Amino acid sequence: MNPLDLVRAEPGRPFTVTLDGRAIDVLPGRTVAAALWAEGVTSWRSTRGTGRPRGVFCGIGVCFDCLVTVNDRPNQRACLVPLAPGDAIRTQEGTGHDD
Amino acid sequence: MTDGSPRLAVIGAGPAGLAASLAAAARGIHVTLIDAAAAAGGQFHRRPASGLGARRPSALHHRWSTWERLEQGLAAHLEAGTVEHLPDHHVWTVERTGPAPGARPGFTVHALLGPLQERSVAVRADAVLLATGGYEKVLPFPGWTLPGVVTAGGAQAMLKGGLVVPGRRAVVAGSGPLLLPVATALAAAGVEVAALVESLDPRRLPRAAGALASAPGKAAEGARYAARLLRHRVPFLPRHTVIEARGEGRLEAVTVAALGPDGRVRPGTERRIPCEALAVGHGMIPHTDLAEALGCRVDGVNVSVDDEQRTDVPGVWAAGETTGIGGAELALAEGHIAGRSAAARLHGTAPDPAAGAARVRTRARRFAAALDTVYRPPLHWADQVTDDTVVCRCEEVTAGRVREAVTDLGAGDLRTVKLLTRAGMGWCQGRICEPAVAGLTGCEQTPVQRMLARPVPLGELARAGADDEGHDGGNDHAPGRPAGAPHRRTHDPDRQPTQSHSAMSHPTEREEPS
Ligand SMILES: Cc1cc2nc3c(=O)[nH]c(=O)nc-3n(C[C@H](O)[C@H](O)[C@H](O)COP(=O)(O)OP(=O)(O)OC[C@H]3O[C@@H](n4cnc5c(N)ncnc54)[C@H](O)[C@@H]3O)c2cc1C
Ligand code: FES
Repeated sequence: MNPLDLVRAEPGRPFTVTLDGRAIDVLPGRTVAAALWAEGVTSWRSTRGTGRPRGVFCGIGVCFDCLVTVNDRPNQRACLVPLAPGDAIRTQEGTGHDD
Repeated sequence: MTDGSPRLAVIGAGPAGLAASLAAAARGIHVTLIDAAAAAGGQFHRRPASGLGARRPSALHHRWSTWERLEQGLAAHLEAGTVEHLPDHHVWTVERTGPAPGARPGFTVHALLGPLQERSVAVRADAVLLATGGYEKVLPFPGWTLPGVVTAGGAQAMLKGGLVVPGRRAVVAGSGPLLLPVATALAAAGVEVAALVESLDPRRLPRAAGALASAPGKAAEGARYAARLLRHRVPFLPRHTVIEARGEGRLEAVTVAALGPDGRVRPGTERRIPCEALAVGHGMIPHTDLAEALGCRVDGVNVSVDDEQRTDVPGVWAAGETTGIGGAELALAEGHIAGRSAAARLHGTAPDPAAGAARVRTRARRFAAALDTVYRPPLHWADQVTDDTVVCRCEEVTAGRVREAVTDLGAGDLRTVKLLTRAGMGWCQGRICEPAVAGLTGCEQTPVQRMLARPVPLGELARAGADDEGHDGGNDHAPGRPAGAPHRRTHDPDRQPTQSHSAMSHPTEREEPS
């Protein structure tokens, strides 16, 4: 069993986005975080101080651990932002700004 | 048609906010239902994104028929124009707006739009009903910042909303009534749940038995979960706790240990469980920031309300988990009572008694109180937190530095610890680390004045109150464009988001309404 089969999902056609330039297929409706989990990716940010990897923690927009750069905008919460075809996701280091 | 009707802004479209909206709208109130999420339902009724085409979404839900009733009720009111739903609206503050020339006294709700949250709109209303629910509490342990360690509710939310799981093999751990549904949902979705680790001591159950038995439906629900755990062969480890998560760059294993009667880890009982994910939680905490911004009384961590669910600020009601953690059924009952009361009071009358809902509320509150005596994080959890464990995830403040603030620098309250260490000064504004910092320092966890419920771009902060995209009742959205999904994709390089800590810590720099 997998989650899609469990609810008998008949998703729309997948579309392509990029993660650091690498193309990945995404089912419509998924957030950045859900799309990356589906790819087996669990971290996409390194912390400002010690450079430790982070990904989803609270899953509902409260903790800000899942920050990511989407279409050149840093510090988006991956667990909230839904993806659209062609979106460019970039892993983020520190503040996400070039400083 | 609803022009002359009093306006009620309901913030939060979970069970409480939905029940409140339906009750008020049925009694001649124009309701603006505002929620950060893209769809109504809140945490309990979170459903897969529509693009995923779930044919049987009920497989991940309990009490699906309750959802269907709420959904139909909402649809009917949306159609009739008695409820307006503003999804994707993140409310960052609510203010009392005094009588201005030509304007009614009342409230202004400020919300940031869409996931990007760069533009703010204002919704005016005669009264406000706060139904913002809560979020999960997680106490720290070494390794809890590793990718793969998620909150139990977060794992559930990602599964219910995105139909994804955090790994093939998971441990569910902590304490509280949320762990059972999370473990069973993960197992049903094909995750091998290697253990359900609960610090609960079943020997405490008999003492709470009376109150627990007063809610037979709940007991049956518990039994159903237990049966499912058995079916999925999920090992249940009561009186155990996770003492460490380990891995290189991501979670590879957790170490669990048994708890003695004194609430301390029993030496020699440690064992390692390999896993890709850990879903962990130690209970829930109400969202109280909007109530605090309005000056409502908060008792401990709960927004304080009377029998009608009124706060002590005239015109402000609160219902559901923001007034105390108690589950979806209690949230529904409170929402219904609050909606009826708000409708009556806005019409200048007293509400007729909602006897049924009041009975459910009494019973559910008693049940929640009984659960509280059963489910407790290990008494001495702080013993396991080594000095090099990061406590504030945002600012990367370690337990050692938090302890030093008290032992070496003499801090005596959370505020001082925060100023000395920066714990709680990051993006999440202390929501995640507050219980941990309180526990490590022995300081009381008091409501911290987080004047803004969301980090707000500085430009929006300056504009707010002056005239954001002001409008009465929040209906300035262009027809045909879904509220909250405006031009999300247009990229404007000149409008860099300016979200910063300064925006969060200087709310007073905002321009006052002219
Ligand atoms: C992540 C998570 C998952 C959960 N999963 C389950 C589960 O599977 N089973 C279970 O029995 N219980 C679950 N719970 C417990 C659940 O909170 C309650 O059972 C129930 O949903 C409470 O209802 P409520 O209406 O009080 O609040 P909620 O259902 O939490 O609804 C509150 C709503 O308010 C909105 N909101 C909050 N703040 C703002 C703001 N500033 N601006 C705009 N909108 C805002 C939120 O988006 C949300 O939709 C979960 C809790 C959490 C935190
Ligand atoms: S995971 Fe907490 S904000 Fe996204």
